[in-house]
Amino acid sequence: MSQTPENFSANLAWRHRQGWLFAAACRLATWASVVFLAIILLVIIAQAWPRLTLGFLTRFDSYKPESAGMLAGILGSFWLIGFTAAICVPIGIGAAIYLEEYARSNWVTRFIQLNISNLAGVPSIVFGILGFTAFVRMFGLPRNTIVLTLGFADVRIPLPFGRSVIAGALTLALLCLPVVIIASQEALRSVPASLRHAALALGATKWQTISRQVLPAAMPGILTGVILALSRALGETAPLAVLGAAFFITFAPGRINSATDLGQHPDRLLQVPFDQFTAMPLQIYNWVNEQSRDFQQQVSAAGIVVLLVILVLMNGSAILIRQHFQRKIRW
Amino acid sequence: MNAGSPTPAVPTLTAVDAPRSSSLKRRFSWNGAYEKCIRIVLLCCALVSVITTAAIVFVLLYESVLWFPGHTPFFGKVSLIEFLTASQWTPQFAGNQHFGIMPLICGTLLTTVTAGAIGLPMGLASAIYLSEYASPQARSVLKPSLELLAGIPTVVYGYIGLFFLTPMLIKPVLSGVFGLSVDGFNALSGGIVVGMMIMPMVASLSEDVLRAVPSSLREAGYALGATKYDVSAKIIVPSALSGIIASFLLALSRAIGETMAVAIACGARPQLTLNPLRQIQTMTSFIVNIMQGDTPVGSIEYQSLYAVALVLFLITLTMNYVSQWILRRYREAYQ
Repeated sequence: MSQTPENFSANLAWRHRQGWLFAAACRLATWASVVFLAIILLVIIAQAWPRLTLGFLTRFDSYKPESAGMLAGILGSFWLIGFTAAICVPIGIGAAIYLEEYARSNWVTRFIQLNISNLAGVPSIVFGILGFTAFVRMFGLPRNTIVLTLGFADVRIPLPFGRSVIAGALTLALLCLPVVIIASQEALRSVPASLRHAALALGATKWQTISRQVLPAAMPGILTGVILALSRALGETAPLAVLGAAFFITFAPGRINSATDLGQHPDRLLQVPFDQFTAMPLQIYNWVNEQSRDFQQQVSAAGIVVLLVILVLMNGSAILIRQHFQRKIRW
Repeated sequence: MNAGSPTPAVPTLTAVDAPRSSSLKRRFSWNGAYEKCIRIVLLCCALVSVITTAAIVFVLLYESVLWFPGHTPFFGKVSLIEFLTASQWTPQFAGNQHFGIMPLICGTLLTTVTAGAIGLPMGLASAIYLSEYASPQARSVLKPSLELLAGIPTVVYGYIGLFFLTPMLIKPVLSGVFGLSVDGFNALSGGIVVGMMIMPMVASLSEDVLRAVPSSLREAGYALGATKYDVSAKIIVPSALSGIIASFLLALSRAIGETMAVAIACGARPQLTLNPLRQIQTMTSFIVNIMQGDTPVGSIEYQSLYAVALVLFLITLTMNYVSQWILRRYREAYQ
């Protein structure tokens, strides 16, 4: 036994100091991220303060920093995310239901599953290139406009879609799809099997069981995942920039610039998906790239504040939904 | 009611089908057809993801590799050797075009290594803190703020890198104190913000695997006289190593594919340099920049975009595969 008691106690003290240092380093690293978040928010709000007026929300963009506004971006993002949700939510939930409830465990299922997890890791800019080739240019389809006459209104559908809302929405929908599928699968998996067995035992068909029992029970989880995916899509810039969506635009999709426009020309709603658009993150990117310092630092900061407030509202609603339903459902 | 006896309807039905003796035979029913239709529709939904992958691969290969009459792909005009080894990337200089992807790879490497050097250790340290040390009150503050940090759009990170980190921190310290020359756009600022961006991802993925280590391992460590540091660093982290490495790879692959933050903060000049204080261009910011201009469809600079995107796609895909493979191969299953 070579180790003496003095030696041992010195060692113990060192071990405790080591442990203290390690804990301090871990604590520091974690809180540093909170500090960084606080710095980000403070810097941006300080820069944005002089530009944060009601007019910033209700004006269109301008070449002058004092009269620049974000209305085109806000309305553009609204339509864009709306169509994205309309495309990707049904497909995503459908795919999740198939994989969780119908698919047998064979190579096809494993292949689809592998595909989804790989797609989740593909950089968003690659989706942008896919969207540009497949939706904006449609693989070089000759230009053409189809006019649908509906009696009360004409809808002009450009083919290829060009830089329109629908091309952007299809691209973002593909981008969101893996996230929505994975979140919905998890939500479906958390519904206990006893619920399915009970419904089937009472004579319900498979689809009746799923649509009336399993899906409603899984809805809160699915909704949370959908909102998180859409809030990510709302902040995406790269795919839209690659699509060639407009940076500077002084009208909203479908020329519906205000509620009175909507009241007077409700038929313009049909033209919304096929019109040009810009989005909030694109406007911010454009302002950052401007020459003047006012635009670069203040106007873009004001745009960031608006975008962040909307994102926080969306994420907050996701958290509220989760908490509300967690309290109600007890398995 | 006597449940065992047959109802009157059943004998009449079997009597009709009796010649074919098929009471157990499948018969057409609208309900059954409806169920089948639903199944097919849902299968189509699931196949959308497969079609998307196939479309991505086709689109990237079509302009860069696929060769047929009337269509010369990018690698028909530029040899693969030149693409991989030449040291200049100047697709927009008419008359003096060079297509060597090394400067773009180098730029991507610079930002990714910087991001990894910051994001990975910080993320792992936060994961250890959150799973082993933090009190419930601290967690209730830290978890939402990490989620918020992960949810901030990447343009915002670019803005912070360009207008805060470079003029307020990097220039005063490195240029003012140490006398180094710092470009207004530099790889360091982009790398730092991307590091802060991937940090919450590493933290949350690693925390999940750390928490999955059963507490019996911790208790065994304490029973043998280990300190909390010994238990965390020498027992818990090694037991969860496969998950941690998988999360590192996912985070790095995200840093490689990150576009807006580096396009804003790092500039747009492809240079073969390993100095993080210089202006550089990454693969992703090249793609965004060239799509801003009106590049004629079918031209060689247009096609170079797809070649770069193909390289980017292959790199991130490989990293994701390796990460999944590590998870499957080295996962420690605890009962």
